[in-house]
Amino acid sequence: MNDMRLVERQVDDREIKIAAKDVQVFYGTTHAIRDVNIDIKDRMVTAFIGPSGCGKSTFLRCLNRMNDTIDAARVHGSITLDGQDIYDPQIDPVQLRARVGMVFQKPNPFPKSIYDNVAYGPRIHGLSRSKADLDEIVESSLRRAAIWNEVKDRLHAPGTGLSGGQQQRLCIARAVATQPEVLLMDEPCSALDPIATAQVEELIDELRSQFSVVIVTHSMQQAARVSQRTAFFHLGNLVEYGETGQIFTNPQDPRTESYISGRIG
Amino acid sequence: MTDETAGRVPRSDNAMAMDARVRRRRAAESRFRAYGLIACLIGVAALVTLLATVLTNGIGAYRQAFVTLEVALPADRLDPDGTGTRESMQKVSTFGYGPLIAEAVERTLADRGVVIEGATPEDAAGLISREAPAQLRNYVLNNPEVLDQTVEFNFLAGGRIDGYLKGRVTMESAQRDSNVTPEQLQIADVLQEEGILSLRFNPGFITQPDASDQRPEAAGLGVAILGSLYMMLIVLVLALPIGVAASIYLEEFAPRSRWTDIIEVNISNLAAVPSIVFGILGLAIFINFAGLPQSAPIVGGLVLTLMTLPTIIIATRASLRAVPPSIRDAALGVGASRMQAVFHHVLPLAAPGILTGTIIGIAQALGETAPLLLIGMVAFVRGYPSAPPGGLFDPASALPVQVYNWTQRSDPAFVERASGAIIALLVVLITLNALAVILRRRFERRW
Ligand SMILES: Nc1ncnc2c1ncn2[C@@H]1O[C@H](COP(=O)(O)OP(=O)(O)OP(=O)(O)O)[C@@H](O)[C@H]1O
Ligand SMILES: [Mg+2]
Repeated sequence: MNDMRLVERQVDDREIKIAAKDVQVFYGTTHAIRDVNIDIKDRMVTAFIGPSGCGKSTFLRCLNRMNDTIDAARVHGSITLDGQDIYDPQIDPVQLRARVGMVFQKPNPFPKSIYDNVAYGPRIHGLSRSKADLDEIVESSLRRAAIWNEVKDRLHAPGTGLSGGQQQRLCIARAVATQPEVLLMDEPCSALDPIATAQVEELIDELRSQFSVVIVTHSMQQAARVSQRTAFFHLGNLVEYGETGQIFTNPQDPRTESYISGRIG
Repeated sequence: MTDETAGRVPRSDNAMAMDARVRRRRAAESRFRAYGLIACLIGVAALVTLLATVLTNGIGAYRQAFVTLEVALPADRLDPDGTGTRESMQKVSTFGYGPLIAEAVERTLADRGVVIEGATPEDAAGLISREAPAQLRNYVLNNPEVLDQTVEFNFLAGGRIDGYLKGRVTMESAQRDSNVTPEQLQIADVLQEEGILSLRFNPGFITQPDASDQRPEAAGLGVAILGSLYMMLIVLVLALPIGVAASIYLEEFAPRSRWTDIIEVNISNLAAVPSIVFGILGLAIFINFAGLPQSAPIVGGLVLTLMTLPTIIIATRASLRAVPPSIRDAALGVGASRMQAVFHHVLPLAAPGILTGTIIGIAQALGETAPLLLIGMVAFVRGYPSAPPGGLFDPASALPVQVYNWTQRSDPAFVERASGAIIALLVVLITLNALAVILRRRFERRW
């Protein structure tokens, strides 16, 4: 019992990495995200769950300003990273995205070699001093993404020649290689078999020691397994946000409860 | 059967059965395939006919009748000062060489004992092209050591004699022709038997400049090829970077606004503007306003650049758009800037399309005639333009204009020349298109 309390207290002590206040997202006239307030804590895994089309990806993309690339998208409200407003005109979104990495819902490796896929981020950010350094980064990233054994003999084969699940893990390796502070993962396991899923979950757990991780998932079990905090989205609203254990065992909102028990989806 | 499916036509469960609907579908499919095949055949037939006509008409231009003569080059007549210098020899004009050739013809005929009834010495000398004295003079000026020697020289035969060897001129037509007599054709027969007159490959058709109406046998494409080459260089150097830069800006950076929409519509419109309008534009802007010289490749190149730009922009934008947006997201997601995303990932993927578009644009420009007529590229140019960049301002011709020009001339020998020029043009175009295909294969990458 004492141990439990200790863990909980530690959790509460963690400082806030990302704070979102009154975030609204519009796609043209569609109001995709309404009044979302959320604090994402440092070195912790936060899971976003919710039915399809409820705006999980949309909100995730606000956190590294990937919505900037969509002409129709407008974001209101404030989002801060380490207390800095990321929508401040002074902020360079490119710099921001180097700090807040992303794994997309659909695997999107570059049509280049596996090696170049992973090495691209470190190269443009100058993270390696030498070729050996870069090799080292590539290998450790691929290992962490649980794909090293499958590709170590064909690092110079095209990344697009991998299977869907392998591509997804390659994209995870690519995101990890730039050493972001926050890693946003949009359904990273949707194309993976149970073994690879377990490996990726292990990776997420390991990443937690250095980064904060935000993961969108459709699997309740996965959310329960890997996350410390869970946010439930519904029709663009953040319905409920709290400790993962509490969300799954004792949800406050009836919508959360029915989603978790499989009545809305 | 439940209530829901009641009233529907039951589907035949036997995959082997050929009911009426299956037969109708199969018939429609084979009909459609037949239409497609017929369309392809019509296209191929048209192409084959075109190529066959052009080849049969034009291949003759690459072979020319030459007369091989021993010609004496006495120094006292070709080098009046007796110094052997170029200045001294230049004082002798082509009129000084004409008699030498006439004498050579006469001597050759006499040596072989050729006697044709009613043929005058003028007739015999008339077998040789009027261009021949100039040919010989150039040769002597460039090789002064041949003075006082007797050299064997291949003279161009006259256009009618050439036509006779190729079957264009006959004894009957010669009777009605003021440019050739039947006696001359008889001499030609004899010379041909003796092996002195024969059809040979004629490199001059590619290298020599155009010649006047009376000398179709001497006319060549040299100046036109250089002019076209210079213009293609200008088009490539200007249109490719400008077109690609404009497309990248419009496609990747420009915000969607009314302005970019207007620009977009105008680029599409520009692609549809008749080429002659570009010629008028070029005349007004580059020649009348900017004061650039007429007939110069620089003006032609600029006009063709304007014409090619929309083609390149449209092709480039299409190939940029064909790159999946997820690639851009991927690059931006690891912290690449927009420019890095474009230059590291999008552009390499779009490159094959851009190259193909550019080559097609350049091929179009190469075949363009109308705007060049308006800016004076149709002028009769005998002198080669000098090397670029200075040569870009020298008068020159262009391949398609040369074709047009030759088809306007009265001597039927020019019909053959024009077809020969078309062959040259087609060879260049086919080479360019093959290049496009090869580059495309080379750089194409799947994602
Ligand atoms: N580029 C876009 N343009 C216009 N509307 C969009 C765009 N992207 C998403 N939307 C809309 O925003 C809403 C939220 O979409 P989003 O992709 O965030 O859903 P999601 O929760 O990630 O769903 P899923 O679980 O299926 O991935 C949807 O109604 C969708 O139609
Ligand atoms: Mg999504």
